[in-house]
Amino acid sequence: MSNQPAEPPTSQPRITIDVDMNLCESHGQCVFAAPDIFCFDDDDVLQYNPTPDPARWDDVVLAAASCPVRAIRYSRAEDAA
Amino acid sequence: MTTSSRHRMADRGAVVESPHRLDHVVVVGASLAGLTAARALREGGHAGPVTLIGLETHPPYDRPPLSKDFLLPDASPDLLDLGSTAGLQLTELYGQRASALDPRRRVVRMEDGTVVEFDGLVIATGVGARRWSGRVPSSGVHTLRTWDDAHALRASLAPGRRRVVVVGGGFIGSETAATLCVLGHHVTLIVPEPAPMYRAIGDEAARFVEQLHYDAGVSVVTDTRVLELVGDAHVRGVLLDSGDELEAEIVVLALGDEHHTQWLTGSGVLVDRGVVTDEHARVLDAAGTPIPHIVAAGDVTRFPHPDVEETISIGHWSNAVEQARVAVQTLLDPDRPTNYRPVASFWSHQYGVRLRAVGLPAYADSVEVHEFDPQGRKLEVTYHRNGHMIGALTANRAARIVGHRDTLATRLSSELPLRGAEGLLSTR
Repeated sequence: MSNQPAEPPTSQPRITIDVDMNLCESHGQCVFAAPDIFCFDDDDVLQYNPTPDPARWDDVVLAAASCPVRAIRYSRAEDAA
Repeated sequence: MTTSSRHRMADRGAVVESPHRLDHVVVVGASLAGLTAARALREGGHAGPVTLIGLETHPPYDRPPLSKDFLLPDASPDLLDLGSTAGLQLTELYGQRASALDPRRRVVRMEDGTVVEFDGLVIATGVGARRWSGRVPSSGVHTLRTWDDAHALRASLAPGRRRVVVVGGGFIGSETAATLCVLGHHVTLIVPEPAPMYRAIGDEAARFVEQLHYDAGVSVVTDTRVLELVGDAHVRGVLLDSGDELEAEIVVLALGDEHHTQWLTGSGVLVDRGVVTDEHARVLDAAGTPIPHIVAAGDVTRFPHPDVEETISIGHWSNAVEQARVAVQTLLDPDRPTNYRPVASFWSHQYGVRLRAVGLPAYADSVEVHEFDPQGRKLEVTYHRNGHMIGALTANRAARIVGHRDTLATRLSSELPLRGAEGLLSTR
């Protein structure tokens, strides 16, 4: 699904993702939303890239909103790395 | 396209239509879809007032845990947390019922007589538990759709081992039976089809679920309907169409959905087993024309989908979220309405087994079984219709569902544009 960003990122600040693995139940909604950031290993345990490409902000927001157990936290640091 | 007010222009006295100003947005329905809509409005930059109206007295909460962990005696309310509404700057009207809609004047009438005017409306009133049509004993009979329902059921279960009859062949029935069985109760599950969840996931996967129930000690009574709830003050049992009577201290009725559309009677909104929308989540009138500035999302909706010839309802969690986001985008930018062409996604947890499904398994004309291992608690099936895959389901194989979902998403994104509202009406 394509989302219109409220404000397209210009400076591409760094994104940080943190998934609470105690909450994660491997629903897979984040994998569907951003398969290059989230994936499952062979035991259905979620793996993810904690510092994805800043251009993927919208997909990160969508992935977090799609999580049925609200396990995904994310932030965008204005002090770009 | 759609404009509400006309303003006289000074220049030559010409009357031109001014753009509609989306100021006050009202969201009727304060569950997952309604809350998501409110959030999406703010995310989408809407700065005007937003009113969220909900029938229940609770702020928005999450329903899937109601038939699962929330039934555990020590369950925390945190299980139902959907996040705070603080910061969204909403006017929140909970415990209040919308009783009528006037789409032309753009007002929602409330049961208490007040009137709420809107510039944009999101209909997200959802569904409730289908009620028993016959006589119901005054205690011991439960449904399981709301926080209060779950509290009542949980209270009735303690203490000790209860004899529970769960009636219903859907997700809620099967999940409730599983949860109560794990809690140590004596559970009988009565389903009208050949296996639990049969209509939703088909014969093969339903057999898998049935096996899980058997292995755990649930009695599954298939191809059977309940004719009568036995008992006066407290329920004593159920009378089956086989002529048998089953003893019960507690009966849980999971008979399916009733769309919350009563309040739309007489509004002109097209209601046909739900609020019918077009492919952009726009609510239609009786002629099949989108009603300006009114969208709908979540369980209450029926909408066209490229994989099937009829409008469909997807009463699942992820649909509520995704459709609400699309509906709000359409509301915010009506001249460029967003397509809603979802790869449906839903899941169930029973006996620690993670069932994951994508697409539209209920609409399959054939099923392919890739793995069927009840002992190992693993399952992988794909669903097909008219020669192409329209869905998949796995148990404890979440990694594999991802590939199937990709396949569906790729095909859906390459489909020809959906037929218009005319086609939608003619197929009903």
